[in-house]
This record gives sequence, C-alpha cells and structure tokens, in this order.
Amino acid sequence: MEQTAPLPVSPIFGRLTLDAIPYDPIVQATFGVVVLGALAVVYLIQRYRLWGYLWNEWITTVDHKKIGIMYMILGFVMLLRGFSDAIMMRLQQVMAFGGSDGYLNAHHYDQVFTAHGVIMIFFVAMPIITGLMNYVVPLQIGTRDVAFPFLNNFSFWMTAGGAVIVMASLFLGEFAQTGWLAFPPLSGIDSAPYVGVDYYIWALQVAGVGTTLSGINLVCTILKMRAPGMNMMKMPIFSWTSLCTNILIVASFPVLTAVLVMLSLDRYVGTNFFTTDMGGNAMMYVNLIWIWGHPEVYILILPLFGVFSEVTSTFSGKRLFGYTSMVYATVVITVLAYVVWLHHFFTMGNGASVNAFFGITTMIISIPTGAKIFNWLFTMYRGRIRFELPMMWTIAFMLTFTVGGMTGVLLAVPPADFLLHNSLFLVAHFHNVIIGGVLFGTFAAVNYWWPKAFGFTLDRFWGKVSFWFWVVGFWTAFMPLYILGLMGVTRRMRVFDDPSLQIWFGIAGIGALLIALGIAAMLVQFAVSIWRRKALSDETGDPWDGRTLEWATSSPPPEYNFAFTPVVHATDAWADMKARNYARPTEGFKPIHMPANTSAGVILSGISVVLAMALIWYVWWLAILAFLAIIGYAIYHTFDYDRDCNIPAEEVAQVEQSRTERLSGAV
Amino acid sequence: MSAMPDIPRTSFHLEEEPHPPEGGSTMLGFWVYLMSDCLIFAILFATYGVLGGNYAAGPAPSDLFELELVAINTTFLLVSSITFGFAMLSMMQDRLRSTLIWLAVTGAFGIGFLGIELYEFLHLIHIGAGPQRSGFLSAFFLLVGTHGLHVFFGVIWLVTLMVQVTQRGLIGANRRRLMCLSMFWHFLDVIWIGVFTFVYLLGMLQ
Ligand code: HEM
Ligand SMILES: [Cu+2]
Repeated sequence: MEQTAPLPVSPIFGRLTLDAIPYDPIVQATFGVVVLGALAVVYLIQRYRLWGYLWNEWITTVDHKKIGIMYMILGFVMLLRGFSDAIMMRLQQVMAFGGSDGYLNAHHYDQVFTAHGVIMIFFVAMPIITGLMNYVVPLQIGTRDVAFPFLNNFSFWMTAGGAVIVMASLFLGEFAQTGWLAFPPLSGIDSAPYVGVDYYIWALQVAGVGTTLSGINLVCTILKMRAPGMNMMKMPIFSWTSLCTNILIVASFPVLTAVLVMLSLDRYVGTNFFTTDMGGNAMMYVNLIWIWGHPEVYILILPLFGVFSEVTSTFSGKRLFGYTSMVYATVVITVLAYVVWLHHFFTMGNGASVNAFFGITTMIISIPTGAKIFNWLFTMYRGRIRFELPMMWTIAFMLTFTVGGMTGVLLAVPPADFLLHNSLFLVAHFHNVIIGGVLFGTFAAVNYWWPKAFGFTLDRFWGKVSFWFWVVGFWTAFMPLYILGLMGVTRRMRVFDDPSLQIWFGIAGIGALLIALGIAAMLVQFAVSIWRRKALSDETGDPWDGRTLEWATSSPPPEYNFAFTPVVHATDAWADMKARNYARPTEGFKPIHMPANTSAGVILSGISVVLAMALIWYVWWLAILAFLAIIGYAIYHTFDYDRDCNIPAEEVAQVEQSRTERLSGAV
Repeated sequence: MSAMPDIPRTSFHLEEEPHPPEGGSTMLGFWVYLMSDCLIFAILFATYGVLGGNYAAGPAPSDLFELELVAINTTFLLVSSITFGFAMLSMMQDRLRSTLIWLAVTGAFGIGFLGIELYEFLHLIHIGAGPQRSGFLSAFFLLVGTHGLHVFFGVIWLVTLMVQVTQRGLIGANRRRLMCLSMFWHFLDVIWIGVFTFVYLLGMLQ
C-alpha cells in the first residue's frame, strides 16, 4: 500500500487495516507459495511425529554445534530470498528501456533493492559467519561449549526473530524504500510515513541484540576456554580471526543500536536528531552509521580469511606460511577498521584535508590484506596441493577478491570517488569483495567442515557444477556493472533512457541466471550427498588430513566434543599429535558436566517479535504488554539456578566404544 | 585454562576432568558487556557534543538547569555507590542481614535519584522545553534519559537479587550476580560524572 496521508490509528489495531495486505499479484503469489510450503513442512513434521525431536534436540538446545548449524540453515534460506530480490532487479533493469516501465513500479522496486541489501548483509552473511564461528571455534580450541551456552541459544533466536520481522513486511504492509542504510531525511517520518522504515528499524534492533550478545559470548570463549597449552600464539588462525571479528562486533554494533534508537525517536516521538530543521543534523546519521558500517565489512570478511588460511594449509599439506604475520595483519585490520569510515561519503562536503586523511588510511588498510594474500600464495608454494572443493573455492577467491580489492583502492582515491560514487562501479566493487570473499569463503567452509558436522563428505560432481556456475556467473553478472559504472550509470535506477546500455544489463542478467544455476546445483549437491551418505561416509573424523583440533574428534562430534580435554603443544595441534603417534584413549572415562537445554531463548525472542510488530503497527497496548512480559519472563528465568546436567562416565564410555568399533571397521 | 601445568611433551590429554571455577567467564563477560554499553554512551555524548549548541532559537542550558537539584541528584548517586560498596563488604564477611540492609539503602538512593530526574524532565516538558524543542534538547533527553533508564533497570535487578539472596542466601551464584550488579552500578556512577561535568557544569558556563 502506498501511503501519503497519515492513517488514523485505532486504539485496538493501531494502524493495521485490511489495506495492509498488498494486492500486488507477485507478492500474493509469493505469499501463496510460502503458506503452502509452511503447511507442507507442518504436515511432514506431524506425519513423522517430529515435534518433540525438534523441540528437545534443536529449538531448546544449548549445544554450540547445533546452534551453529541452525545459524547456517537460516543464512542459506535467507540467501534464497535475497537472491530472488536480485533476480527481480536484474529482470526489471533489462526490461525497462525505450519507454518501457518494466514490470515493477517505483514503490515496489525501491523496496526490492532495500530488502535485498538488508537481507544479504544482516540475515545471510551475518548468520553464516556467526554459525561458522559457533560451530568451529569451540572445537578448534579444544573445549566443550561456549562460555555462555544459554545466551548462545537466545542470540540465535533473536537473529531468527529479526529475519521473521523482515519476512513479515513482505505480506503485511511494506518494507523500507530507503536503501539498505536508511539515510534521513528520506527515512524520516515526513518522507516515509508508513511502516517500511519501522520494519527496518525493529528487525535490525531485534537481530542486533543477538549479534552483540553472541559477540560477547565468543570473545569470552576464546579468551577463557582454550585447551591447556594453547597460548594465544598457538591458536589456529580461524580462531584468531574469529576473536578479532567478535571484538569488532562488540565494539561496533552498539553504535548501530544507538543510531537506530535516535532514528526511531525522530520517527515516533518527534525529536530532532536528524531532521533538517530545529537543530537536527542528518550528516551525523551518515557518520554514525558508517562508524558501524565499515567495521561491519571486516566483521563479514575476517572469519573467511581464517577459513582460507585453514583450507590453504590443510590442502597444501604444510603449516601456514607466516603464521605470526597473519595474526598481526588481522589485528592491524581490526584496529584500522575504525579509522576509514569516511571513505563512504567523500562527496558529502568534508573538505580536502579530511578526505585526504581517510583516503590514505583506506589505502593503508589494503597492506595487511595484501600480506595475507602473499601468505596464502607462499603456503601453496612447493606444497602438495590437493584440488578438493574447499581448495577450489579458495583459489577462486584469491583471483576474484584481488580484483575487488584493487577497485576498492581505486575508490579510496577521493578525486576518483567523486566520479564513481553511487555508481554501478561501486555496486560491482562491493559485490566483487562480498561474493568473491564472503560467499566463496562460506562455500569453502561448508565443503570443508560439512564432513565434520555430519559424518559424510559432500558430493564432488555437483560441487564442481555449482562451483563453475557460481564463478563464471559472478564474473558475467558483475563485470558489466564496472563498465556501466565507468560510463556514469548510477545505482538504484529503475528505468533507463539510453538504449545503448541495454546490452550490458542483458549480460549481467545472464550472469545472474548462471548464479541461479550455481545455487540450484549447490542444493542438488546437498540433496545428493544426503541421499548417498552411506557411500560418502567418513568414519575417521579426519577426511582431509586436517591439522587443527576439530579433526581430532569423531564426525559428528559427540555432545561433549572431546572425551578428554586435549593438551596442546604446537600451533597445528592435531598435526603434531599425529606426527607423534598419538593413541586415542579407550578407557578411564570420567563423567562430564554439561549445560542443560532451555526454552527461555525462543520464548523471549518470540515475545520480542510481538513487541516489534506492535511498535511497527502502533498497537500501543500490545507493545506495553509485550514489554512487561519480556521483563517478567527474564526475571522469572533468573530464578532457575539449576542449569546443568551430568553425562555419566558409562555413557561417555559407550559413545567412545562405538567410535572405536567404527574406527577399526574403517581402517 | 590455557596455563600449562607441567605436562610432558608426550601427553596429549588431561586424565582428569578439569573443573574450571563455575561461572568462570561471567565477570569477564559482564565486563565486556559493560564496555559495549559504554560505547552506546560514548555515541550519546558525541551526539550531545554535535547537537548541544543547536538551540533552534529555544532555551539554552543556562536557561534550564538548576544546579541545586543536580547537586542533590549527584550526591544521591555517589552515596548509593558507597552504600553498594558496604553491601559488598558485608557480603564478603558473609553477613546476610547487613548485606540486605545496605542493598535496600542503595535501592532507596537509586529511587530518589530517579524521582528527582523524573521531576526535572516533567518540569522541562511543562515549560515547553521537551525533547522535540531543539536538537540540543533531543540530545539532552536521550543522554540523561538513557542513563536514567539504566538506573531504573538497575533498581529492578537489585530488588530481584534481594529476593534471591533472601531465598537462597549468599551462595556462589548469588555472590556472582551481586558482583555483576555492583560493577553495573559503579559504571553508571562513572557515566553520571561525565553527564554532570559535560552537560550540567559546562552547560551552565556557556
Ligand atoms: C548472488 C548474487 C547477487 C546479485 C545478482 C546481486 C545483485 C544486486 C543488484 C542488481 C543490486 C542493485 C544495484 C543497483 O543499485 O542498481 C544489488 C545491491 C546490493 N547488494 Fe547485491 N546481489 C547479489 C548478492 C549480494 C550479496 C551476497 C550481498 C551481501 C552479502 C549483496 C549486498 C547488496 C547490497 C548491500 C546492495 C545495495 C542495496 C542498496 O542499494 O541499498 N548482494 N545487488
Ligand atoms: Cu568502508
């Protein structure tokens, strides 16, 4: 619904009316598909009586491995949504030439690019990196769980709650039409009076709680729970990059929280933080949100730098070249991430010296990044490289990301940026680093650790199909955008006049189709692998001849990860153990203390979603009730002092015995 | 955990289950949380720094603030930090009753602080200097209000803990919770000193 005059607010339903259901046929068809899909899932769960299993084993779990897997599922499901938006934009832009209006009106198109950006960053990339860190870090540092297991469950459900809010905007009301950072005054109440921006704000606030808490959790886990002997400089690189990532999260997401609070106050209470009169200052929003936003891009990429390090070293059969320099490069990036934010708005009136300062800091930050690339290359040099899927993704990353990095340095030159700012060149640049870095890294990681998580490797044939469609698709889809950008085409455009541009959008559209095939092949890869899991099974727990501790335990690892707490003497602890003929203990097991499941996380998150929806729709009575319910339930939860349980020694012995049998069967 | 007890190079696991102190990461975790909260206040201070002079032809700090009131307020909060310290000392000596009494005194000061702040806010709104009036007042209400909201939740938490200490005594878990609340309370005190100095004192000088 397009809304111009403010709606009357009813005391019971707020501004929610039947008009809020979009009458757009595309949206309604999507809605129908979603409802049918949901019904099918419910039917299947009912049919196979899975409610109890799901509730006890997954929804209320505090096991970092299961929570990690749930994060990954969330990220991949939302990738499908975000990619559908991308395909819609590609189709619109190739159609809307020569007077044609395409098939999306402006109101709809503006929501699509905003939703695409928001979903891809907050509900695809963030859940995926959090999921990876959750799954791998405790195993790599040889511990049984994260520092605060309950909090971990709660964090996941808050992130999922944010995703639910974004998805709801598709079928009830509208989403923001402001672009993914919602700059005022466009996102102010005068220009955006209806619910779109409010959906944006509350989805990010609910998910943000989860992200911040999970950051705190992982920082403490890494600092306090490492296995005996693992000092900081013996920590695997992935754990190092995770530590830096989570420090960045803790030290940047509060900025986002604060700036969104101010935006909501402007919208709900009528304050003057970012208004253009009465002493407001919209530039302050731009500064603050990028003070969060630039560290955010390193939050996204650093964990994947860790993945590439692990993969390169494993599949080259060597320890990582320049471990120490890799650690320092990561730390330097973490620090510098805070002094470059202004490069996102060189054109917005900062003056030459300020621009020069931030241009130079931006160029400096590319040095440690370059150092990393060389470390990976030198690790491969004279290694016995095995071209398994994770390694293929890593090489594709090195070739692709380097190009993206170089166009980034180009944009860091203020005079060049004055020409390229807000053009499709910029869009090509950030997709070049995000897809070439974050997504390729994710795919490397999934292919690498899947056998750890499920006990069987992923199918290679379909993996390669997916790989080639993705890589070729990416280059086809985004190189034309560089060209268009150099010709001066700006971003976020719905229709075009100049017919000579159409061919480039056509090529980009073909690229997007290739990517679609890549995604489809990946889903087939998962399905085929699950189907053929017997043939692909790995009993050793160490299918790649790995070097770090996660490969020391079985696949999938038992609930308690390690029957005995490992002791670490070298950086590549597991490679060291193998080199010294470590024999796995088969007796003398002790009872193990583990945290118990909790339903508080999902309940609190559910009430938070209700609170957010009430605030979006101005249903004040419900907002008050939900707020009180959150406080009340949280207090109630603190009265539960008994949150642990014990795994008896006999059970540990039994689990380990069955592994012994499987191991002897496999040899 | 990572300290290396003398373990020979050939040993790759611990025979005995290590028993890290229960809740061993809680203090660190809470401290990291406080730092992230501190960052929120840093942003609010920065906002006040940018918008604090934008009166939009409305009232300026010296037209609005009453230093006597703020002095009482500040005293309340500082004294409440001292009384919380006494509560912690009593806790360390395992004196349940006196712990509870000092907690109650702390809570009373906290409520007093909130009462005065609420009065100040209502008064400002009443004379037309509400948060909508100008960029300066928006930033003022947000900064001081966020601090007040923290104190409010601190009081709720304090009451909850008093109930729990009454029910279960000064057990390990409760001691840990009291230590966290104590950090929270002192943290709010530090923030308030910043507010008092930069908003009220410097505001009056302008
Ligand atoms: C998978 C293939 C993808 C395709 C084909 C694609 C396509 C597009 C297109 C066509 C736009 C609009 C460009 C314009 O302004 O005209 C866009 C914007 C954007 N994309 Fe993607 N994208 C993809 C993946 C991603 C991923 C993985 C991320 C991040 C994790 C991402 C983040 C963004 C952001 C932040 C914007 C800016 C939205 C805005 O203008 O506010 N995209 N993308
Ligand atoms: Cu940046």
